[in-house]
Amino acid sequence: MSGKTLYDKLWQSHLVEQREDGSALIYIDRQLIHEVTSPQAFDGLRLAGRQPWRLDANLAVPDHNVPTEARERSGGVAGIVDPVSRLQVQTLDDNCRDFDIVEIDINDVRQGIVHVVGPEQGATLPGMTVVCGDSHTSTHGALGALAHGIGTSEVEHALATQCLVQSKMKNLLVRVDGQLGPGVSAKDVALAVIGEIGTAGGTGYAIEFGGEVVRAMSMEGRMTMCNMSIEAGARMGMVAVDDITLEYVNGRPYAPTGDLWEQAVDAWKDLHSDADAVFDRVVELRGEDIKPQVTWGTSPEMVLPVDGILPDPAAMDNDTRRTATERALEYMGLSAGMAITDIKPDRVFIGSCTNSRIEDLRAAAAVVKGKTIASSIKQALVVPGSGEVKKQAEAEGLDKVFLDAGMEWREPGCSMCLAMNADKLGAGEHCASTSNRNFEGRQGFGGRTHLVSPAMAAAAAVAGHFIDVRDL
Amino acid sequence: MKSFTVLQGVAAPMDRANVDTDLIIPKQFLKSVKRSGFGPNLFDELRYTDEGQPGQDCSTRTLKADFPLNQARYQGASILLARENFGCGSSREHAPWALEDYGFRCIIAPSYADIFYNNCFKNGVLPVVLEASVVEGLFAEMYATPGYQLSVDLDSQLVTTPAGAQHAFDVDAFRKHCLLNGLDDIGLTLESSAAIRDYESKWRQQSPWLFDVIK
Repeated sequence: MSGKTLYDKLWQSHLVEQREDGSALIYIDRQLIHEVTSPQAFDGLRLAGRQPWRLDANLAVPDHNVPTEARERSGGVAGIVDPVSRLQVQTLDDNCRDFDIVEIDINDVRQGIVHVVGPEQGATLPGMTVVCGDSHTSTHGALGALAHGIGTSEVEHALATQCLVQSKMKNLLVRVDGQLGPGVSAKDVALAVIGEIGTAGGTGYAIEFGGEVVRAMSMEGRMTMCNMSIEAGARMGMVAVDDITLEYVNGRPYAPTGDLWEQAVDAWKDLHSDADAVFDRVVELRGEDIKPQVTWGTSPEMVLPVDGILPDPAAMDNDTRRTATERALEYMGLSAGMAITDIKPDRVFIGSCTNSRIEDLRAAAAVVKGKTIASSIKQALVVPGSGEVKKQAEAEGLDKVFLDAGMEWREPGCSMCLAMNADKLGAGEHCASTSNRNFEGRQGFGGRTHLVSPAMAAAAAVAGHFIDVRDL
Repeated sequence: MKSFTVLQGVAAPMDRANVDTDLIIPKQFLKSVKRSGFGPNLFDELRYTDEGQPGQDCSTRTLKADFPLNQARYQGASILLARENFGCGSSREHAPWALEDYGFRCIIAPSYADIFYNNCFKNGVLPVVLEASVVEGLFAEMYATPGYQLSVDLDSQLVTTPAGAQHAFDVDAFRKHCLLNGLDDIGLTLESSAAIRDYESKWRQQSPWLFDVIK
């Protein structure tokens, strides 16, 4: 019998009940809760007269709707100008109070994007099952956890039963060996993987990221990779536990200490795929082959290296692909044959659960340090992923670097990644964005998103057009 | 949850691949704390000429005439014919809520994104998977036949065309059972409470650092 994959092990250790019909009850260690996908779940509990199964399994934090401007933010929930956003954040506060769930509220220094806060606080740990009503929950897989997004019905289900009914996924190994070139980051690797396998390439699979490049990556980089798994169609992405993981987790507020730490580390050392584990599918990339990436269309798979030329739909045989390309070019206001480096962003957004951690901000700051953003850029927002990231960045003087370059330094939240707060694109505007989705209207009605790494976003801000950060 | 047994209804097209949940229901409508009333904003950016706002009266907005759901022949549609990777992107359950609220009880496509697919079953919406070539054929027949209706039988797992052609589809036994009977799966899971408690006490002994930390 062949060995087990990391996913097999995590599945097995959380299996409560295997049913004859092929479904299984899987135990959930941690549920993270935010304001957008939870109100209807709490209402469901109320209607059925149910209570949460285990209060200490849950942690809530508002992130999607919170304002990022310091002045609006200073008023707390009551200060949120948009009444609909205010109600949603207030509803989270009310529900957490009513059900006795721990909440990091809007102006707590620990507040931030749920997928930044979880690992940062040690609320998500290796070996856990982690769920949240948000597809980017895959982020937490970077810790060697089984983590995925769920809908609101499952938020309610996990609250009420501490379990989910699931079917086992297949195993996909994405192995990136070799070494990344200078200026190439985890975001570029993730986009290159999506370019390779497509946005549905990982559907039905749990992805494990491995190989020399992933082993050498920081936890921040691994989180970026796992975060983007869902853009490759996979609900979950994960990375085996190693010394880098342990070093990151050690000392986090909710992480175990003393004897418990030793005991946990012992258990976590098995959180890797066995050498003889068999994957249903393996995708291999070489680190040296990956250049900085820029998306040009309305799906993350519409991506090219920065020296790329936009595709010509007329040259495509496949009808679905041709019409999708035509529609994307039209929506983006771009034409076939154009160079990526000729695209000029109107705005720049550095932030989101994909790229708002300290390492991301350092990478962006290193590019803009001593420079100013191009006059054609209407706005360049830098939105740290959490209050802790903000504090750290300010201690390092990164806020000054951004402000001196003409960028804005904001309060933590999801911000322009999905534009549920006031930060959004105008119709027709192009944005160099470190977020995760370039869907139509995602960053604002009629907005045009180009997904890039923090360094590439910063480079575009300075140059006024996309440019290989290595050429700046 | 509404049960789903047999559905006979008009089919309407969403003829593009990779339809994401932002397109199905744009983010401004996610600010609602309710789970109903999303139907008028289904495919909002494709359906109307302006940018929709929560709470707005959609009956006074200008419709995009070329969008199928705005055309007379597709009025009252309850089956949506779609393409590859339908429902990709965010986990927002507002997407199946909007489809269901509009009147769609069944989607037929060659493939779906995992989270969306799962969310449909929680809301009485049946996502049927058929071969791409079969879906292509259904699109062609639908376009050629105003008022084109399909019949979808969950129990026998068959889609039947007006000409009588039958296409079998797969569906997971547990999801089928819940959907046929309109069952609340939280209630079903709670029938396993003893097994959950048993697992939990063993897991707590094995991994005590996972318990009683956040309080």
